[in-house]
Amino acid sequence: MAYGGYEQGGAAPRSHRAIKILLAGGFGVGKTTLVGAVSEIRPLRTEEPLTESSLATDNTVGVERKTTTTVAMDFGRITLREDLVLYLFGTPGQERFWFMWDELAVGALGAVVLADTRRLADCFPAIDYFERREIPFIIALNCFDGARRYSAEDIRIALDLDPGLPIIMCDARSRESAKEVLIALVEHVLSVADEPVSR
Amino acid sequence: MRSDDERWLDAEAGPVVRPYALTQGRTRHSGEAFDLVATVTVTRARVPDPGALAPEHLSVLQLARAPTTVVDIASDVDLPLGVVRILLADLRELGLVAIRAPVPTKAQQVDRNTLREVLHGLRGL
Repeated sequence: MAYGGYEQGGAAPRSHRAIKILLAGGFGVGKTTLVGAVSEIRPLRTEEPLTESSLATDNTVGVERKTTTTVAMDFGRITLREDLVLYLFGTPGQERFWFMWDELAVGALGAVVLADTRRLADCFPAIDYFERREIPFIIALNCFDGARRYSAEDIRIALDLDPGLPIIMCDARSRESAKEVLIALVEHVLSVADEPVSR
Repeated sequence: MRSDDERWLDAEAGPVVRPYALTQGRTRHSGEAFDLVATVTVTRARVPDPGALAPEHLSVLQLARAPTTVVDIASDVDLPLGVVRILLADLRELGLVAIRAPVPTKAQQVDRNTLREVLHGLRGL
Protein backbone atom coordinates (compact mmCIF):
# COMPACT_ATOMS: atom_id res chain seq x y z
CA MET A 1 0.00 0.00 0.00
CA ALA A 2 1.25 3.45 -0.87
CA TYR A 3 -0.46 5.01 2.17
CA GLY A 4 0.78 5.39 5.69
CA GLY A 5 4.20 6.54 6.70
CA TYR A 6 5.58 9.88 5.69
CA GLU A 7 7.56 10.64 2.60
CA GLN A 8 11.14 11.21 3.43
CA GLY A 9 12.76 14.56 2.93
CA GLY A 10 9.86 16.02 0.94
CA ALA A 11 7.21 18.49 1.92
CA ALA A 12 4.72 17.52 4.60
CA PRO A 13 2.33 14.92 3.19
CA ARG A 14 -1.03 16.23 2.07
CA SER A 15 -3.69 15.05 4.36
CA HIS A 16 -6.56 12.86 3.30
CA ARG A 17 -9.46 15.21 2.66
CA ALA A 18 -13.09 14.17 2.79
CA ILE A 19 -15.88 16.42 1.53
CA LYS A 20 -19.52 15.96 2.46
CA ILE A 21 -22.41 16.73 0.14
CA LEU A 22 -25.97 16.23 1.33
CA LEU A 23 -28.79 15.01 -0.83
CA ALA A 24 -32.22 15.81 0.52
CA GLY A 25 -35.77 15.48 -0.69
CA GLY A 26 -38.94 13.56 -0.09
CA PHE A 27 -39.31 9.82 0.06
CA GLY A 28 -38.96 8.13 -3.34
CA VAL A 29 -37.69 11.23 -5.13
CA GLY A 30 -34.59 9.43 -6.39
CA LYS A 31 -31.90 10.27 -3.83
CA THR A 32 -30.42 6.78 -3.77
CA THR A 33 -30.72 6.52 -7.56
CA LEU A 34 -28.71 9.69 -8.02
CA VAL A 35 -26.05 8.64 -5.53
CA GLY A 36 -25.78 5.27 -7.28
CA ALA A 37 -25.53 6.86 -10.72
CA VAL A 38 -22.41 8.82 -9.92
CA SER A 39 -20.64 7.03 -7.10
CA GLU A 40 -19.72 3.81 -5.45
CA ILE A 41 -22.65 3.23 -3.15
CA ARG A 42 -22.03 1.86 0.31
CA PRO A 43 -24.50 0.73 2.95
CA LEU A 44 -24.44 2.28 6.39
CA ARG A 45 -26.26 1.10 9.48
CA THR A 46 -27.03 3.40 12.28
CA GLU A 47 -28.57 2.27 15.50
CA GLU A 48 -28.96 5.50 17.33
CA PRO A 49 -29.97 5.81 20.93
CA LEU A 50 -33.42 7.38 21.10
CA THR A 51 -33.18 10.93 22.27
CA GLU A 52 -35.62 12.61 24.62
CA SER A 53 -37.25 14.38 21.71
CA SER A 54 -37.72 11.26 19.62
CA LEU A 55 -39.05 9.43 22.67
CA ALA A 56 -41.75 12.06 22.84
CA THR A 57 -42.86 11.47 19.26
CA ASP A 58 -42.29 7.73 18.98
CA ASN A 59 -44.96 5.74 20.67
CA THR A 60 -42.90 3.43 22.80
CA VAL A 61 -45.69 2.21 25.08
CA GLY A 62 -45.26 -1.52 25.44
CA VAL A 63 -41.75 -1.44 24.03
CA GLU A 64 -40.13 0.48 26.83
CA ARG A 65 -36.97 -1.51 26.49
CA LYS A 66 -36.39 -0.30 22.98
CA THR A 67 -33.94 2.53 23.51
CA THR A 68 -32.35 2.57 20.09
CA THR A 69 -33.81 3.15 16.66
CA THR A 70 -32.35 1.76 13.47
CA VAL A 71 -31.86 4.03 10.51
CA ALA A 72 -30.52 2.36 7.40
CA MET A 73 -28.99 4.76 4.97
CA ASP A 74 -26.61 4.73 2.07
CA PHE A 75 -23.76 6.94 1.22
CA GLY A 76 -21.80 7.31 -1.97
CA ARG A 77 -18.09 7.74 -2.33
CA ILE A 78 -16.36 9.40 -5.25
CA THR A 79 -12.59 9.30 -5.19
CA LEU A 80 -11.53 12.44 -7.04
CA ARG A 81 -7.89 11.99 -6.14
CA GLU A 82 -6.07 9.72 -3.79
CA ASP A 83 -6.22 12.40 -1.10
CA LEU A 84 -9.56 13.97 -2.02
CA VAL A 85 -12.77 12.01 -1.61
CA LEU A 86 -16.35 13.18 -1.98
CA TYR A 87 -19.03 11.65 0.22
CA LEU A 88 -22.67 11.88 -0.77
CA PHE A 89 -25.21 11.40 1.96
CA GLY A 90 -28.87 10.89 1.20
CA THR A 91 -30.54 12.31 4.25
CA PRO A 92 -33.47 10.36 5.64
CA GLY A 93 -36.52 12.38 4.66
CA GLN A 94 -38.69 12.14 7.75
CA GLU A 95 -38.51 14.94 10.26
CA ARG A 96 -37.88 12.54 13.11
CA PHE A 97 -34.46 11.85 11.63
CA TRP A 98 -33.38 15.46 11.80
CA PHE A 99 -30.88 14.59 14.49
CA MET A 100 -29.04 12.78 11.68
CA TRP A 101 -29.26 15.86 9.47
CA ASP A 102 -27.70 18.05 12.13
CA GLU A 103 -24.77 15.72 12.30
CA LEU A 104 -24.45 15.42 8.53
CA ALA A 105 -24.75 19.15 7.96
CA VAL A 106 -21.74 20.17 10.05
CA GLY A 107 -18.90 21.05 7.72
CA ALA A 108 -20.84 20.00 4.62
CA LEU A 109 -19.86 21.66 1.36
CA GLY A 110 -23.50 22.09 0.45
CA ALA A 111 -26.71 20.30 -0.39
CA VAL A 112 -28.78 19.22 -3.34
CA VAL A 113 -32.53 19.29 -2.80
CA LEU A 114 -33.98 16.76 -5.17
CA ALA A 115 -37.56 17.54 -6.12
CA ASP A 116 -40.33 15.78 -8.00
CA THR A 117 -42.69 18.23 -9.73
CA ARG A 118 -45.63 15.96 -8.89
CA ARG A 119 -44.92 16.25 -5.17
CA LEU A 120 -43.18 19.57 -4.86
CA ALA A 121 -44.28 20.16 -1.28
CA ASP A 122 -42.17 17.20 -0.15
CA CYS A 123 -39.03 19.25 -0.45
CA PHE A 124 -40.25 22.23 1.63
CA PRO A 125 -38.79 20.94 4.92
CA ALA A 126 -35.38 20.42 3.32
CA ILE A 127 -35.37 23.92 1.80
CA ASP A 128 -36.38 25.43 5.15
CA TYR A 129 -33.69 23.45 6.90
CA PHE A 130 -30.84 24.57 4.65
CA GLU A 131 -32.04 28.17 4.48
CA ARG A 132 -32.18 28.44 8.25
CA ARG A 133 -28.69 27.04 8.67
CA GLU A 134 -27.30 29.02 5.74
CA ILE A 135 -26.04 25.89 4.05
CA PRO A 136 -25.67 26.56 0.31
CA PHE A 137 -27.97 24.40 -1.79
CA ILE A 138 -29.41 24.01 -5.25
CA ILE A 139 -32.65 22.48 -6.49
CA ALA A 140 -32.45 19.54 -8.88
CA LEU A 141 -35.73 18.55 -10.50
CA ASN A 142 -35.75 14.87 -11.17
CA CYS A 143 -37.61 14.63 -14.47
CA PHE A 144 -39.64 11.48 -14.13
CA ASP A 145 -40.98 9.93 -17.30
CA GLY A 146 -44.51 11.09 -17.93
CA ALA A 147 -44.43 13.89 -15.38
CA ARG A 148 -45.49 17.28 -16.69
CA ARG A 149 -42.53 19.56 -17.37
CA TYR A 150 -42.39 22.95 -15.75
CA SER A 151 -39.98 25.77 -16.35
CA ALA A 152 -37.38 26.56 -13.74
CA GLU A 153 -39.11 29.89 -13.20
CA ASP A 154 -42.46 28.22 -12.45
CA ILE A 155 -40.67 26.13 -9.86
CA ARG A 156 -38.89 29.16 -8.42
CA ILE A 157 -42.21 30.89 -7.86
CA ALA A 158 -43.85 27.76 -6.48
CA LEU A 159 -41.03 27.24 -4.00
CA ASP A 160 -40.52 30.95 -3.28
CA LEU A 161 -36.80 30.77 -3.97
CA ASP A 162 -34.24 33.54 -4.31
CA PRO A 163 -33.51 34.60 -7.91
CA GLY A 164 -29.87 33.53 -7.61
CA LEU A 165 -30.60 30.00 -6.50
CA PRO A 166 -29.84 27.48 -9.24
CA ILE A 167 -32.65 25.19 -10.33
CA ILE A 168 -31.63 22.48 -12.74
CA MET A 169 -33.39 19.63 -14.47
CA CYS A 170 -31.87 16.20 -14.11
CA ASP A 171 -32.32 12.52 -14.68
CA ALA A 172 -31.20 10.86 -11.47
CA ARG A 173 -30.51 7.61 -13.34
CA SER A 174 -27.92 9.15 -15.63
CA ARG A 175 -24.32 9.38 -14.56
CA GLU A 176 -23.69 12.46 -16.72
CA SER A 177 -26.78 14.18 -15.38
CA ALA A 178 -25.89 13.36 -11.76
CA LYS A 179 -22.40 14.68 -12.38
CA GLU A 180 -23.86 17.94 -13.77
CA VAL A 181 -25.93 18.30 -10.60
CA LEU A 182 -22.85 18.03 -8.40
CA ILE A 183 -20.90 20.43 -10.62
CA ALA A 184 -23.77 22.94 -10.45
CA LEU A 185 -23.72 22.71 -6.65
CA VAL A 186 -19.97 23.27 -6.35
CA GLU A 187 -20.14 26.19 -8.80
CA HIS A 188 -22.96 27.68 -6.75
CA VAL A 189 -20.99 27.28 -3.51
CA LEU A 190 -18.04 29.02 -5.17
CA SER A 191 -20.20 31.90 -6.40
CA VAL A 192 -21.81 32.31 -2.98
CA ALA A 193 -18.33 32.42 -1.44
CA ASP A 194 -17.48 35.29 -3.85
CA GLU A 195 -20.35 37.46 -2.70
CA PRO A 196 -19.73 40.20 -0.16
CA VAL A 197 -20.81 39.05 3.26
CA SER A 198 -23.45 41.79 3.69
CA ARG A 199 -26.91 40.37 4.14
CA MET B 1 -27.66 -21.77 -1.47
CA ARG B 2 -29.83 -20.80 1.37
CA SER B 3 -31.65 -23.11 3.69
CA ASP B 4 -34.68 -22.18 5.77
CA ASP B 5 -32.53 -22.23 8.89
CA GLU B 6 -30.29 -19.51 7.57
CA ARG B 7 -33.06 -17.20 6.60
CA TRP B 8 -33.41 -15.90 10.15
CA LEU B 9 -29.82 -14.78 10.28
CA ASP B 10 -29.60 -12.54 7.25
CA ALA B 11 -29.16 -8.80 7.34
CA GLU B 12 -32.92 -8.26 7.15
CA ALA B 13 -33.46 -10.14 10.39
CA GLY B 14 -31.23 -7.72 12.24
CA PRO B 15 -28.21 -8.31 14.41
CA VAL B 16 -27.86 -11.54 16.37
CA VAL B 17 -26.04 -9.68 19.14
CA ARG B 18 -27.63 -6.44 20.27
CA PRO B 19 -25.20 -3.91 18.82
CA TYR B 20 -24.53 -2.01 22.01
CA ALA B 21 -23.61 -5.24 23.79
CA LEU B 22 -20.28 -4.84 21.97
CA THR B 23 -19.70 -1.62 23.83
CA GLN B 24 -20.76 -2.88 27.25
CA GLY B 25 -23.93 -0.89 26.91
CA ARG B 26 -22.23 2.43 26.35
CA THR B 27 -24.07 4.61 23.85
CA ARG B 28 -21.87 7.70 24.07
CA HIS B 29 -18.21 7.72 23.31
CA SER B 30 -15.52 9.32 25.40
CA GLY B 31 -13.44 12.34 24.49
CA GLU B 32 -13.84 14.90 21.78
CA ALA B 33 -16.60 14.42 19.17
CA PHE B 34 -15.58 13.52 15.64
CA ASP B 35 -17.18 13.93 12.26
CA LEU B 36 -18.69 11.18 10.12
CA VAL B 37 -16.00 11.75 7.53
CA ALA B 38 -13.17 12.42 9.97
CA THR B 39 -10.00 10.68 8.85
CA VAL B 40 -8.88 7.73 10.93
CA THR B 41 -5.29 6.50 10.80
CA VAL B 42 -3.46 4.00 12.96
CA THR B 43 -0.58 5.40 14.95
CA ARG B 44 2.73 3.67 15.36
CA ALA B 45 1.89 2.71 18.91
CA ARG B 46 1.87 -1.00 19.63
CA VAL B 47 -1.25 -2.72 20.87
CA PRO B 48 -0.44 -2.99 24.59
CA ASP B 49 -2.49 -6.06 25.39
CA PRO B 50 -4.44 -7.58 22.53
CA GLY B 51 -6.50 -9.46 25.08
CA ALA B 52 -7.92 -6.18 26.31
CA LEU B 53 -9.42 -5.45 22.90
CA ALA B 54 -12.56 -6.97 21.42
CA PRO B 55 -12.28 -8.62 17.98
CA GLU B 56 -14.27 -5.65 16.65
CA HIS B 57 -11.59 -3.25 17.93
CA LEU B 58 -9.00 -5.27 16.04
CA SER B 59 -11.11 -5.24 12.85
CA VAL B 60 -11.37 -1.47 13.07
CA LEU B 61 -7.61 -1.17 13.61
CA GLN B 62 -6.99 -3.35 10.58
CA LEU B 63 -9.19 -1.12 8.39
CA ALA B 64 -7.46 2.05 9.53
CA ARG B 65 -4.02 0.92 8.39
CA ALA B 66 -4.53 3.17 5.39
CA PRO B 67 -6.18 6.53 6.11
CA THR B 68 -9.93 6.04 5.96
CA THR B 69 -13.05 7.65 7.35
CA VAL B 70 -15.46 6.86 10.16
CA VAL B 71 -18.29 6.02 7.74
CA ASP B 72 -16.10 3.84 5.55
CA ILE B 73 -15.10 1.83 8.60
CA ALA B 74 -18.74 1.53 9.73
CA SER B 75 -19.72 0.29 6.27
CA ASP B 76 -16.82 -2.18 6.08
CA VAL B 77 -17.29 -3.74 9.51
CA ASP B 78 -21.09 -3.69 9.07
CA LEU B 79 -21.69 -2.34 12.55
CA PRO B 80 -23.93 0.59 13.41
CA LEU B 81 -22.25 3.94 13.24
CA GLY B 82 -22.78 4.65 16.94
CA VAL B 83 -21.01 1.44 17.89
CA VAL B 84 -18.10 2.14 15.56
CA ARG B 85 -17.70 5.56 17.10
CA ILE B 86 -17.40 4.08 20.57
CA LEU B 87 -14.86 1.52 19.37
CA LEU B 88 -12.86 4.29 17.70
CA ALA B 89 -12.94 6.45 20.81
CA ASP B 90 -11.64 3.47 22.83
CA LEU B 91 -8.79 3.06 20.36
CA ARG B 92 -8.06 6.76 20.46
CA GLU B 93 -7.90 6.67 24.24
CA LEU B 94 -5.33 3.90 24.00
CA GLY B 95 -3.36 6.02 21.54
CA LEU B 96 -3.77 3.44 18.76
CA VAL B 97 -5.56 5.65 16.24
CA ALA B 98 -5.51 9.34 15.34
CA ILE B 99 -8.82 10.92 14.30
CA ARG B 100 -8.54 14.17 12.35
CA ALA B 101 -11.16 16.65 11.17
CA PRO B 102 -12.08 15.88 7.53
CA VAL B 103 -10.85 19.01 5.77
CA PRO B 104 -8.94 22.05 6.88
CA THR B 105 -12.02 24.02 7.83
CA LYS B 106 -12.35 27.73 8.19
CA ALA B 107 -15.47 28.46 10.19
CA GLN B 108 -16.87 25.11 9.08
CA GLN B 109 -16.66 26.06 5.42
CA VAL B 110 -14.75 24.16 2.81
CA ASP B 111 -11.96 26.42 1.54
CA ARG B 112 -11.93 27.79 -2.00
CA ASN B 113 -8.89 25.91 -3.20
CA THR B 114 -10.44 22.64 -2.17
CA LEU B 115 -13.70 23.66 -3.89
CA ARG B 116 -11.82 24.29 -7.13
CA GLU B 117 -10.10 20.94 -6.85
CA VAL B 118 -13.47 19.26 -6.31
CA LEU B 119 -14.87 21.01 -9.37
CA HIS B 120 -11.90 20.00 -11.44
CA GLY B 121 -12.17 16.42 -10.22
CA LEU B 122 -15.89 16.20 -10.99
CA ARG B 123 -15.43 17.56 -14.51
CA GLY B 124 -12.81 14.92 -15.11
CA LEU B 125 -14.97 12.00 -14.03
